[in-house]
Amino acid sequence: MGELRLMKGNEVIAEAAIRCGCDGYFGYPITPQSEVMESLMAQRPWETTGMVVLQAESEIASIHMVYGAAGCGKRVMTSSSSPGISLMAEGISYIAGSELPCVIVNVQRGGPGLGTIQPSQADYNQATKGGGHGDYSLLVLAPSSVQEMNDFVGLGFELAFKYRNPVMILADGVIGQMMEKVELMDQQPRWSDQQLKEITGSWATSGKSKDRNKHVITSLEMDSHIMEENNLRLQAKYQRMKEEDVRYELIDCEDAEYVLVAFGCAARICQKTVQLARAKGYKVGLLRPITLFPFPERVIAEMAPKIKGFLTVEFNAGQMVNDVKLAANGQTKVEYFGRMGGILPSPDEVEKALHQKLIGG
Amino acid sequence: MSEIAERLKSIIRPENQVYKKSSVLNDVTMHYCPGCSHGVVHKLIADVIEELGIQDQTIGVSPVGCAVFAYNYIDIDWSEAAHGRAPAVATGIKRIMPEKTVFTYQGDGDLAAIGTAETMHAVNRGENIVMIFINNAIYGMTGGQMAPTTLLGQVTSTTPYGRNVDLNGYPLKITELIAQLPGAAYVTRQSVHTAGAVRKARKAIKKAFELSQKNIGTCFVEVVSTCNSGWKMTPVESNDWMVKQMFPLFPLGDLKDGGKEATEPFQMKG
Ligand SMILES: Cc1ncc(C[n+]2csc(CCOP(=O)(O)OP(=O)(O)O)c2C)c(N)n1
Ligand code: SF4
Ligand SMILES: [Mg+2]
Repeated sequence: MGELRLMKGNEVIAEAAIRCGCDGYFGYPITPQSEVMESLMAQRPWETTGMVVLQAESEIASIHMVYGAAGCGKRVMTSSSSPGISLMAEGISYIAGSELPCVIVNVQRGGPGLGTIQPSQADYNQATKGGGHGDYSLLVLAPSSVQEMNDFVGLGFELAFKYRNPVMILADGVIGQMMEKVELMDQQPRWSDQQLKEITGSWATSGKSKDRNKHVITSLEMDSHIMEENNLRLQAKYQRMKEEDVRYELIDCEDAEYVLVAFGCAARICQKTVQLARAKGYKVGLLRPITLFPFPERVIAEMAPKIKGFLTVEFNAGQMVNDVKLAANGQTKVEYFGRMGGILPSPDEVEKALHQKLIGG
Repeated sequence: MSEIAERLKSIIRPENQVYKKSSVLNDVTMHYCPGCSHGVVHKLIADVIEELGIQDQTIGVSPVGCAVFAYNYIDIDWSEAAHGRAPAVATGIKRIMPEKTVFTYQGDGDLAAIGTAETMHAVNRGENIVMIFINNAIYGMTGGQMAPTTLLGQVTSTTPYGRNVDLNGYPLKITELIAQLPGAAYVTRQSVHTAGAVRKARKAIKKAFELSQKNIGTCFVEVVSTCNSGWKMTPVESNDWMVKQMFPLFPLGDLKDGGKEATEPFQMKG
């Protein structure tokens, strides 16, 4: 059993980064996630593990610092919230195009524009459909507890290096701000020079020694045929993610006639809705996608012909509902319920929507 | 024929050699237009890296601009940055590998327009990197549009009647701004249009790389450059135009030397 603590989601991101042996964090303050960098600065990990922490002049700068440092084969990350992630879109596209590993945390707030500092899930499309220019995907993890904020930092780095692809932890203001009990991992050492050589030595910009060719980190290719091949390689990688790394949780789905689909803080509310509905005799279950890309489309396709309908519950105008519809492929009803602007519905409100939209009466 | 070959053989001997291409410069044809300053500056950087023996410790950051392919020419590890972001990319590299020598190579559009924030803040933090700034007063790569350093009255494809203050504002002397920043260790302005200028520029680049290894702040070398294609002039006309038109606004010489400023940390009360 690891050390138990009562912590805020954002603080846990910082703690997990240090403990998993992260090499560097580059960020810019924005509510509701500023505690990530504040915690890191307070802990001064450069004096203990040697982790670099730097406050950049903007999210544009911080993501390109991540690009530079990730190109050195190191484990680096950033965090921000919605408007900051929009500024990072260029850099994220470059990181994906250059096939570099890194972890990006988005503690979402409501938009569009400056929007609100209240929690939201309105960046689902931005996160799961790339977000910047070009055909690329992030591997997107959606934590729904403070414990998962902890676990997904280490898992994020593992997957980022497995695929040499940026991983986004798509949290929201609730998960970032709320305090919960969390079991922390033991302190892991940062990668040694030997490990770095083994894991990233074939591509990292670590200095061109006499015994190897130069390493160039770039997304540029002027030859269309090679550029198409680069794109096909990326697409094959995303396909592999779909085969090997889809993650989701099923709650009370075995006999369910109606299935709620919700991620992050929405899934926490829906868990209670399932209990309320079951207490009244309705067979309701919950499917919680943990990876939003790759999306758990197979399990949805398998369930679709057996149930009476899906209801997605998401704090946006209805974004994930389109992915559920695609996966269900017309085999059952797919409805959406959500609130926007930072409003969170109660479990009763969700239950009411379930009756109105699917069960009837 | 064989007599000529014999004669050549007797001339081409190590002891007669007066010039040698740096081994750090790759044997590939550069894509630069004939007469362009980029190629000369590349050669100088490669020379300096070889002379200092730091090929295995140097990471370059290439820009978006005509020098985007610098990584094809200088035989070191490179990171190709997005337009204007090279100082941030270099910051990431240097912070995560402080023992390495890291430099950016950027044009005027890259460094002084789209990347102004990254440039100023990297220098203001006193990042221990070298920044090479190719000021050719134009956007070479995209076909000759106005740059922040374009001169008043200068004709470019987006200032077809000449740069006009009311419409376009003033040419930006960013190197003068850089020299004001406490994080700058060494700031100089050079050119490469004559053999003498090339020798001076080489010295300045060498000094910048040497100083950067002492971690005393940012070393910044502007090279006032030609873009004969963008300017629509012959290489010779370009050199003349640069001397007559650019040098008065961008005078050559050192702007700062001696390392970043030392400060006493401010004590919070209470
Ligand atoms: C975000 C972005 N905006 C615009 C461009 C188009 N672009 C490419 S190079 C360039 C200007 C380069 O000029 P400069 O930095 O002066 O370099 P030079 O080619 O003159 O050496 C522009 C605007 C781009 N590649 N990316
Ligand atoms: S367009 Fe200008 S800067 Fe670009 S290679 Fe040609 S001369 Fe050089
Ligand atoms: Mg230019």
